[in-house]
Amino acid sequence: MGSNLDALTTIFTEFYYWVTVVFMFLIHVGFCVYEVGVARRRNHMHTLMKNTMLIPLVTVTFFFFGWWIYFAFPNFPLSIDYAAAAAYTPWAENMGTNLSDRITGVFWAAFLLFSWTAASIVSGACIERIKTKAFLIHAVLIGSVFWIIDASWGWHWGGWMVKYLGYHDAYASGVIHAIAGGYALGILMVLGPRLGKFAKDGTPRDIPPHNPWLVTIGFFMIYTGFWGFYAACNVPIISPEVIGGEITGVTWTATNIYLAPTTLGAITMNFLMSLSGGLMVAYLVSKGDAFWTYSGGLAGIITASAGNDLYHPIQAMLIGGFGAYCAFKLHNYVEKRFKIDDAVGAVAVHGYAGFIGVVICGFMLWGAPSSPYEGYATISPWGQLIGAIIMFGLLGFLPGYLVSRLMQARGMLRIPAAVELRGLDAMTNEGYENAVAEIQAAEKAILNEQSK
Amino acid sequence: MATTNYTSWAADLADVGVVYPFAGTEVVMVVLGVVFWLTCQVMMSKMEDEELETEEKSATSSSSQANIDRY
Repeated sequence: MGSNLDALTTIFTEFYYWVTVVFMFLIHVGFCVYEVGVARRRNHMHTLMKNTMLIPLVTVTFFFFGWWIYFAFPNFPLSIDYAAAAAYTPWAENMGTNLSDRITGVFWAAFLLFSWTAASIVSGACIERIKTKAFLIHAVLIGSVFWIIDASWGWHWGGWMVKYLGYHDAYASGVIHAIAGGYALGILMVLGPRLGKFAKDGTPRDIPPHNPWLVTIGFFMIYTGFWGFYAACNVPIISPEVIGGEITGVTWTATNIYLAPTTLGAITMNFLMSLSGGLMVAYLVSKGDAFWTYSGGLAGIITASAGNDLYHPIQAMLIGGFGAYCAFKLHNYVEKRFKIDDAVGAVAVHGYAGFIGVVICGFMLWGAPSSPYEGYATISPWGQLIGAIIMFGLLGFLPGYLVSRLMQARGMLRIPAAVELRGLDAMTNEGYENAVAEIQAAEKAILNEQSK
Repeated sequence: MATTNYTSWAADLADVGVVYPFAGTEVVMVVLGVVFWLTCQVMMSKMEDEELETEEKSATSSSSQANIDRY
């Protein structure tokens, strides 16, 4: 850090990302609460621990190789940029306590929280019948490999999708949500529905959440964490000379992940308006169903996220409403037509809404620059469509499906039917009841002795 | 084709204002937005009326008593 102004800017940026990381922790808390609320009583602990244990596994693997992939893979598979990624190997000096680099740590943590989110989206879809060990392998793959490859391609100022397709996805409609939704769909196609989900004639049965209030609290926590997510996708303050692109003058600005200008004010308004559009439409289309109203709010934000750095708030609201409508209709259509049991609607809310949001962005921002750097393709519907297919299909659905097939062939994907019916927590619950009975008996024995 | 009034960031940001797409159509957007809001609000209102009508028809003394007991 040279001057005091440089020092202040750096420490402000460090603190800014630190705050976003703390906020984003609420996304994971929300997902845990929400999944436990949806799961039936006999599966609570298993559901909770499955989602909890992705935290350490994705964290350590993201430290060991996920973060390196982001900087090494912008042009993968054509080339691997070893030089640019050298500072982000787990043995690099930048990855330890280092007074000359205050940003790498918080930036790594912000990306790590995105990784947890990607894995957690997948977690909800397959509750109550996937083996924890199978899910945790999937969590590492989506959290520390596949999503970060797509970030390197389409969410990095030098990514090939940004350069050649003009791919624009400021708040990760595709980069996080479409890929995670696609990955979840790949798993669900192999995993199969929960026992009893479909009648013999194929009609889906509703499996209501055991505790709608927990689901509600979970959703509100996810919404709150989403604020941090949005802020974390920005660079809070940067000068044109540091960007080194086409921007002239000396006016400092906030930027999106592509280093193109935006404002925190704009994304705050757009976040709220897209949430509102999603909530209103979902409330109507689901006839006031609380679960789908909240999900629709989330789908609204996700659909508008690709372009929420530049949209007008009214545009964000209308796009959010459209996304919520599509998510609800597509969920029910796919469930009936293809017998897919998505316990929390994750494929629809994240996958379909994310895919649609990326494509809509191509029309809305048609011709706008994808980057401040010269020679990059501008944003277009076809570039966004190809991008959405890559996110949802190539890096999401395909690996999820193929890895699940491998797991299924080795008998490591799904829990036995007898255990599913009895409940995943049966042994834990028996142990709890036995422990309670034993301590009660012991205390009563002491009481009896004292009264003699 | 461009929906924005700029196609590159080769500019001094001190001179840049509006960057949203379809700038200049704000009034149209507001009209669309208001129509969307009013449509949603009216439909929500109708939906509640229909729901209450159904609830009213299905309400019996015994079911009400049971719900009062459930608190």
